[in-house]
Parts: sequence; structure tokens; C-alpha cells
Amino acid sequence: MVPNSTPSCSTMQRPNPLSRASTDQPWQTRVAWGVGSLFGFLLFWELIALLLQHRHLPTPTVVFAVMMGEAASGELPYHIGMTLFRVSIAFVFAMLIGSAIGIVMGRNGRIDQAFDSWLILFLNLPALVIIILCYVWFGRTEVAAIIAVAVNKLPNVAVTVREGARALSRDLAEMAHMYRFGPWKTLRHVILPQLAPYFLASARTGLSLVWKIVLVVELLGRSNGVGFQLGTYFQMFDVSMILAYALAFIIVVQIIEFAILQPIAARVNKWRR
Amino acid sequence: MAQVSEQASDLANSSLKIRVDHKIFPASGTRPEQTVLKNISIGIEPRSFVVITGPSGCGKSTLLNIIAGLDPDYEGDVVLGGPDTKVGYIFQSPRLLPWRTVYENIALVLPDGDPRHAQIEDLLRQVGLEGFSSQYPERLSLGMQRRAALARGFITEPDVLLMDEPFVSLDDPTAQGLRELLIGLWNRRPTTVIFITHDRAEAVMLGTRILRMSGANATIGQDETVRLSPAERTDREKVQAEQRRIFHET
Repeated sequence: MVPNSTPSCSTMQRPNPLSRASTDQPWQTRVAWGVGSLFGFLLFWELIALLLQHRHLPTPTVVFAVMMGEAASGELPYHIGMTLFRVSIAFVFAMLIGSAIGIVMGRNGRIDQAFDSWLILFLNLPALVIIILCYVWFGRTEVAAIIAVAVNKLPNVAVTVREGARALSRDLAEMAHMYRFGPWKTLRHVILPQLAPYFLASARTGLSLVWKIVLVVELLGRSNGVGFQLGTYFQMFDVSMILAYALAFIIVVQIIEFAILQPIAARVNKWRR
Repeated sequence: MAQVSEQASDLANSSLKIRVDHKIFPASGTRPEQTVLKNISIGIEPRSFVVITGPSGCGKSTLLNIIAGLDPDYEGDVVLGGPDTKVGYIFQSPRLLPWRTVYENIALVLPDGDPRHAQIEDLLRQVGLEGFSSQYPERLSLGMQRRAALARGFITEPDVLLMDEPFVSLDDPTAQGLRELLIGLWNRRPTTVIFITHDRAEAVMLGTRILRMSGANATIGQDETVRLSPAERTDREKVQAEQRRIFHET
């Protein structure tokens, strides 16, 4: 027995005026907008540099030439590789441990109450203090550098994921219980999809935060990486080289954003109207 | 009118036994402690369609949550069969996973490799969702989401199916269509149904037995058998006549 109402008339295939413009566009359009906007910035920089004619403000053309020279010598890929290695390890640790802490605090009121002030303390502890303390306590080692970066990022992840854990739907949890989903199915199909936007928000803000902290860590206590190079060329007041390394790493982070994070975000959000 | 006290004696002989001595909502803020349910004793025969009706706020959904095991904080005892008894629950809101397609929402309630996966498309056709299996719930109307929830409730072939006002807030033609659909599904796949509604016509149309809840500390005030054949349940006049008889309407 089929109901009288026709299903097709009630589907919602028409354009939604409230849809998120940036994520609804095809990726080519979004990339074109991003590249166009960056090109506008470079043009603006070129004009200002040409107008001022100062040795501490090189034009983008000069910076690009320096960058190519460093790339050809192998220095740039080596130092970027070292920085990326530290960023990756610290990022993964911060995301894993921070998410676990966030989920536990979000789901357990007593633990949240007990450790909330710890979280606030770590959130407000300056990055530089954590870096110095790690180097003092553990020596100027790779492990100390990575711990310093991870500990800096961890509270931000925990706070964001905690909000997601607090907002988990009780209705869906009851549904999963009634239909005997079991712990693994509940985690995979009910809990993680609800937390996905919070993981993504942490990942995107985390990536930009982590690489900036890694540079400070390298500047203070490592003998390679982009931060080390920036420190070296700062002593020589070589602004072209400083900008060449900084821009090269920004390009790498942008590639990670476009090639990894945005496709994941599009996949996670594809069910939304 | 068959009073509950007479029915209570059948409790021991029924396969489903529901006894709620007290259900109390504790005091909260300025609100004092409140007894929501009191002295409820229901025995239900397998494959019967029991409708629990009563005014809004009288504790019907609270009772259903107790029966489902979602609310363990009460005095009493609920036996729905053995430990292997399968219980399905169709909630007041469809509670579909918005990030899974209609097909996936139904498939997820089945164990991996279950042969009933092959029946999902057929069941979707029966509920009027043919061609919508790959759609996400947010892209469907509320009526269509409720049909998907119905399909999810029936695919597991539960021994006991609990339904909490599943057609509330729908326009009348859509709700009527879904009621007819439910009757059809229940006739083809008979199971024990406990259905909550405050709509008297809906109660008469669907139920083989109606329990009326009443009173401030709600208890079962009336227990009636519906005297309608399956064919008569879609006849509006017959339903209205039975409604007048059961609810003493003029």
C-alpha cells in the first residue's frame, strides 16, 4: 500500500539560497579565485617595492629569483623538509592527544570540572615559555622541539573537540542503542561524523599555528629548518632570503590546504544541503 | 468498558509484561518532585497492535522509553521476552543519520552480511521511496524521512516494535497515507507493536487494542479491544463509529 502523496514533488533539488557559496562551487572555481587573489597581492607588493626602492623591501620578482637559486642548490628543499617533518609529527600528536582529551572532557562533567582550569592555564601559557622550558628540561633535542610544538597546539584542539563532544546528539545515541549498533559501529557512524567538523576546524587552525611555532622552535634551538635559516639571514639583514624561505613555506602550507584539507572538508560535508 | 484491574490478572499469562509502580521526576530548581506514572500493569499478546493514547504530557513517551529500556530510573519491571528479543523503535522524529544515505541508514541496522540487505530496495519501494535510496535525509521532506524511518523499523523484523507518535506534525493526507502504509506493512510482516498517539482516530484506525492513560499521576484508565477488520480500518465512517463507541463521543 503506497501513500497517496507523490514523493518526487517533495524533494528539495532546487538551489538553496542559504548554501555555503565557497564550498558549493567546483574546486576549479575556488582555486581560480584563490590564485587570482594572491596574484593581486603580489602585484600590489611589486608596485610598492618599485615605488619605495629600499634594499629592505625587495620586489617579488627578486624574492622569486632568490627562491629559485636556493631551490637549485638543494638548501631550500632540505630545510623545508626538516620543518615539514617537525610540523607533521607535532601536528599528529597534538591532534590525537588533544582530541582524546577533548572527547573525555566533553562527555564527562566531573573530569571537565576537574581539569577545565588546567586547560585555561595551558591555553594562556605563552608559546615561547613552553619552548624555553622544553629546551631547559629536555635539552636542545629533536624530541624537545616536537614536544614544545605539540604542547602549544594541544589545548586548542582539546577545547574545540570538547565543544563537539558536548554537542553530541542524545537522540542519535538512543537510536544507535535501540538498533544494537555496538561500540565500533556507533563510533564510526554516529559519533565521529558528528565530531568531524570540529576535527577539521582544529586541523585547519592547527596547521597554521603549528608551523609558526615550529619556526620559533627552530630559531631557538635547532641547526636546520626554515626557522634556523630565518635566524641566520636575520643576522645578515638579508630580507630577500628571509622572504624567499617564508614564502616557500607558505606555498607548501597552501598546497597542503588545497590538496588535503579542502578535499577532506568537501567529502565530510557532502551530505549537507 | 474493560477496566485495567481485570486486564492485570492476565499479566502473568502474557509474553510481554510491563509493570511500572512509580516513575518520579525528581525536584529540579523551583519545580517540585513529580510522579509521572503510577500503578501501570500491562500484559500484551504477541502480534497485537496496542495503542497507548492520552492527552499530551500525560507520560506516554516516558512509558515507552521505560519499555524500550532507555529510561532505567523507575520502580517496576518490564519483560519483552528473552534476551534475544529484537526491539525496534520508531521515534517521534525520524532520527536518521544525516551523513548516511537512505539506503545506508537502513542497512546500518542490519548485521554485516545479513541476507536482508537484499530486501532493502524492495522495502523502500513498498514505502514509496523507490529511486531515493542514494539520497541524503536532509534532501527529503519530513514525510519521506518518516517513511525511511518506517522502513528501518521493519527491516530488522523486530519481535516488538515501539512507535512514539511517528506521524505527528504531518499534514493530514500524508499522515493518512503513512497510516495505511503501516497497516499494510504490519499485515505483511506481523509483529507486536506498541504505538503512542494522542490522536483518537489514529488510535482506532491502527490498534487492535487501545489503552487510555489518564489522571495527573498517569495510569491506565481504560483498556478496549478495537472491533474493526483490516479492511474496515481504511473506511473513515467505520473508524469514526468505532471511535465514538470507544471514547463515548456523541
